[in-house]
Amino acid sequence: MTAVRQITVSVNGQTFERAVDPRLALVDFLRDQLGLTGTHIGCEQGVCGACTVLVDGTSVLSCLMLAVQADGSEVSTVEGLASGLELHPLQEAFWEKQGLQCGFCTPGMLMRAKEILDHDPDPTSETVREAIAGNLCRCTGYQFIVESILDAAERIRVGSNA
Amino acid sequence: MKSAPFEYHAAATLAEALSLKHDLGGDARVLAGGQSLIPLMHFRLATPAALVDINPVAELDYVRRANGHVVIGARTRQATMLQSEMAASAAPLLVEAVGWVGHAQIRHRGTVAGSVAHADPSAEIPTAVLALGGEMVCRSVAGERVVPAAEFFEGPFTTAVADDEILTEVRVAVWPEGTGAAWMELSRIYHGFPVVGVGALVHLSDGVVDRASVALCGMAATPVLAPAVADVLAGNEPNARVIAEAAEAAVSDLEPPGDIHGSTTYRKKVGRVYVRRALAAAVENAGGFR
Repeated sequence: MTAVRQITVSVNGQTFERAVDPRLALVDFLRDQLGLTGTHIGCEQGVCGACTVLVDGTSVLSCLMLAVQADGSEVSTVEGLASGLELHPLQEAFWEKQGLQCGFCTPGMLMRAKEILDHDPDPTSETVREAIAGNLCRCTGYQFIVESILDAAERIRVGSNA
Repeated sequence: MKSAPFEYHAAATLAEALSLKHDLGGDARVLAGGQSLIPLMHFRLATPAALVDINPVAELDYVRRANGHVVIGARTRQATMLQSEMAASAAPLLVEAVGWVGHAQIRHRGTVAGSVAHADPSAEIPTAVLALGGEMVCRSVAGERVVPAAEFFEGPFTTAVADDEILTEVRVAVWPEGTGAAWMELSRIYHGFPVVGVGALVHLSDGVVDRASVALCGMAATPVLAPAVADVLAGNEPNARVIAEAAEAAVSDLEPPGDIHGSTTYRKKVGRVYVRRALAAAVENAGGFR
């Protein structure tokens, strides 16, 4: 058995100190050790994007990053999107535009969408399609997801101008 | 958790990473972006006894121009490469190829040098490095060796990096003004691994080709150069007929291994068509297509 290592990670603004096996993937750390099961595990080989989270503001596949590598980082997961009972504009838009069906890809899709809109508040539909190419959805055919992200972008722009 | 157990070493500096690799040798794998190594470990296709994590080694995070080359440190992310305006103008073929690697989340972690060290025979980056006339800096505690790309890729997932060495830098030659570059690939799914990929460079002087280089992936156990292309093109105006002849010559000696995604015949046919298209695009980018 390999030596357990002590790590300190901030997740959605809350600091956690835990001892982890070096082979523990970040996604398993979030789900099994912190109980944050919002981040989903799909393929565990970097193909599906379901486990996408933000590490220091950048989207990564949490199945392909070790928990020990997140030591000292700030991680954002889908649990951190809403403010209490108030949904994030992306969540509202996905709900109203039916940007999900089974919901399995949704946490990864939302976190990638958040990163897209953080960098580009007014993306085109083409930009969004290209940007979510790494997040597989087997239900929607992507059309409603793209519409949801564009709708959320507009909500955020209107909100920030208000 | 699916990897076999391993000792984890986070190297803070290059010196520390080299010292770890010196002590641990072939039992240790270097962990850079982890976008290929970690899945292999999940599948237990790779079961290294130890990992030397170079992610904390900030001194290896650079892309700059030096001595007629674009030089890229081993910790430089693919996403960083895509943001470099210098690289986009000095080594457009490499930047274009990097843009085809995986998708955004992969490129956020994945490194340029990591892809070269992984040496997947289908991967874009090793192929572009080969086409450009690259060289790899392999370092150990004893010093460094510079290995030309043509000697670096020894087989599928096998390179010239020795057990006590780390690939610390990838260098690609800056081609002169008047060069056009193009990357083309066929993949089963958008931004998946290419079935066949082609990197092409053409330099024109007074409307005549005086220098050209083509490398292909998916056509052999390693990325391969197609030296016959330059033989056909050199001294000629790059018209459609000459380009078609060069494309034919590029693949005529190749015997790509067939698999579920494409037989030998299919890969050769696609290879020929993609070399033709890539050359035409490169000529157009060089400003000489008619």
